[in-house]
Amino acid sequence: MLEIRDLHASVAGQPILKGLNLTVKPGEVHAIMGPNGSGKSTLANVLAGRDNYEITGGEALFDGKSLADMEPEDRARLGLFLAFQYPVEIPGVSNMEFLKAALEATRAAQGKEEWDSVTLLRKAREACKQVDLDAQFLKRGVNEGFSGGEKKRNEIMQMMLMEPKLALLDETDSGLDIDALQTVAKGVNSLRSPERGIVLVTHYQRLLDYIVPDYVHVLSGGKIIKSGGKELALELEQHGYGWLTGGQNGGNDKEDQTA
Amino acid sequence: MSSQAELDNSELDRVIRSEYEAGFTTLVESDTLPPGLNEDVIRVISAKKDEPEWLLEWRLEAYRHWQTMQEPDWAHVSYPPVDLNAISYYSAPKSMEDRPQSLDEVDPELLDTYKKLGIPLHEQEMLAGVAVDAVFDSVSVGTTFKAKLAEAGVIFCSISEAVQEHPELVRKYLGSVVPKGDNYFAGLNSAVFTDGSFVYIPKGVRCPMELSTYFRINEANTGQFERTLIVADEGSYVSYLEGCTAPQRDENQLHAAVVELVALPGAEIKYSTVQNWYPGDKDGKGGIYNFVTKRGVAHDHAKISWTQVETGSAITWKYPSVVLRGDHSVGEFYSVALTRHAQQADTGTKMIHLGRNTKSTIVSKGISAGKSSNAYRGLVRMGPRAENARNFTQCDSLLLGDRCGAHTFPYIESKHPSATIEHEATTSRVSDDQLFLCRQRGIEPEKAISMIVNGFCKEVFKELPMEFAVEAGKLLEVSLEGAVG
Ligand SMILES: Nc1ncnc2c1ncn2[C@@H]1O[C@H](COP(=O)(O)OP(=O)(O)OP(=O)(O)O)[C@@H](O)[C@H]1O
Ligand SMILES: [Mg+2]
Repeated sequence: MLEIRDLHASVAGQPILKGLNLTVKPGEVHAIMGPNGSGKSTLANVLAGRDNYEITGGEALFDGKSLADMEPEDRARLGLFLAFQYPVEIPGVSNMEFLKAALEATRAAQGKEEWDSVTLLRKAREACKQVDLDAQFLKRGVNEGFSGGEKKRNEIMQMMLMEPKLALLDETDSGLDIDALQTVAKGVNSLRSPERGIVLVTHYQRLLDYIVPDYVHVLSGGKIIKSGGKELALELEQHGYGWLTGGQNGGNDKEDQTA
Repeated sequence: MSSQAELDNSELDRVIRSEYEAGFTTLVESDTLPPGLNEDVIRVISAKKDEPEWLLEWRLEAYRHWQTMQEPDWAHVSYPPVDLNAISYYSAPKSMEDRPQSLDEVDPELLDTYKKLGIPLHEQEMLAGVAVDAVFDSVSVGTTFKAKLAEAGVIFCSISEAVQEHPELVRKYLGSVVPKGDNYFAGLNSAVFTDGSFVYIPKGVRCPMELSTYFRINEANTGQFERTLIVADEGSYVSYLEGCTAPQRDENQLHAAVVELVALPGAEIKYSTVQNWYPGDKDGKGGIYNFVTKRGVAHDHAKISWTQVETGSAITWKYPSVVLRGDHSVGEFYSVALTRHAQQADTGTKMIHLGRNTKSTIVSKGISAGKSSNAYRGLVRMGPRAENARNFTQCDSLLLGDRCGAHTFPYIESKHPSATIEHEATTSRVSDDQLFLCRQRGIEPEKAISMIVNGFCKEVFKELPMEFAVEAGKLLEVSLEGAVG
């Protein structure tokens, strides 16, 4: 469902991704790990279509369609979901209002039946419960005054309602306490299905104890430099990235960026 | 980094370049005075309205005083001088010559106009529980629900009618809050005002429905000078809503209204405005000059609350004010002002605390887009007798794009040491990140921006009567909608 071939992308004119390859098939869970600044969030943002994240070479296909010239809302309507590393606040717009707009826009496009407000409210309450958020959070402004962990759980709550085909989770585990980590993992696991692809960006093996990936990839210097099974994450936990990057930190350091 | 800002702008530009939906003209034959202003014009207006001698005198005094006054230039707006002699001071649809006795006799073209604007005058089609007076150019075309209101003793009619039917009330209160020499535009209005609404709520009566007036300027080259007077007698309550639209024209049109509110001891007046006069096109051509004086006097334990949603007009110059004359009186001002294209708004409020234990609240939300300019100007004055007076002011500005401007001019004067005044101000932008979050969830940019702006305005919208809160939300959405798909 996701095919990335020799992808080159730049952020605000800076080349960051430099020949990345990745294939995600329905039902698979992929974990992407890698040093700070290696381009993990960039990859997620390029796929989701953020302004200023530009594909300069190669291609990224979602269900056979090229993502390059698609508006972000159209990608979302096709079933691509990004759980943000830093969820932003929208003051005064209630979570519920926001969900309603999002679900109206996406469900119709996906040929799913429309939810009336009673159904929507019921589903939203269920989703809140699953990520251990009080239903009161539906009335609050989107992420407004939420704690770091609450914001992350709110992202997962949205994901559960939106039932995407492909979910990209950018460091959803960072900032979560131990209990919340398990709750979130349970939520994500409940969404695992033969039709759905999941890409997890994480720094910690710990998350992968709960959400067991089919593949683990190491992203460094804008490329995937190693792929393996779940045991690769354990190796990384023990040895760090040095043995793979040949001592370099793998981030987009100055040398790489002078192009 | 500059490419980021440019991208922002093009996206926002697309979103805010929408058309004015109320910009059609109605073809009715009109009886319009030739342009120009002099004492004879005033005599003709007064005669056409069959006014008593005292009112003609009042107008002439206002006119003579006004001739000695200067147009104010302190507001943060700029415009070419208005040629007051190029304006016609009276325009009435011909069919109104012999005042219709009921709505059935009103020209169907006129009723159609209001229907197009979403204001059906026929009672059976009305929003349940809202009585409407509609003013077309200079005259009132009909007031609905009269009988039901009369049962409660409420008087709701055009001011021309009130002059005929309730001269004692009009004479007592007209100019009692905004004196005829108050300011340049109020002076002009006092001389030439043509119509407007009159409301009287008797002692202890809670008005059984929302009252509402719709103003529409139709004729080219006419000014609209309406005059509204609301008197809430002791312990009474009324909620009043005013809405405004005008056709799309290349010339600027002048609107100089005066609204006076009198809240006698223990009374409460809630006055809401949804103002959507034609704002001019994106290059700043055409549009209404909206120079309005609105003021209320609150006696002991009385409360006056102004709520306004302003999206229209080329220039807005407007400071709905409350004189907190009585002890324990309360004044409130909740405002949303949206400017886009080349619109200029200088708006705010004055809270004049005279009585003891008086309390005022100001919440102002300014939204600027395009190359518009949006200024908040507010005065809080604590008089020498205003023991324990309190004011809280919150002034938030939201910028869309980076060619617009927001300005805040708070003036504070305190003559009493026990008075407390709090002022908070913020400026923010619709961020890229917010927009991206919405789009990533499938929401299109137009909808996203309108949702974000609505969220920003929430505190004010919740003060509007329910039906109108929805209307105001829609109006913002329309004002922000992109013309390009
Ligand atoms: N707007 C921008 N302008 C210039 N450089 C940028 C911009 N955004 C990101 N970058 C750079 O792109 C590189 C990759 O960033 P990215 O956020 O993708 O890293 P990451 O792998 O997600 O790191 P982390 O693990 O810290 O989240 C970094 O060097 C970052 O500084
Ligand atoms: Mg990151």
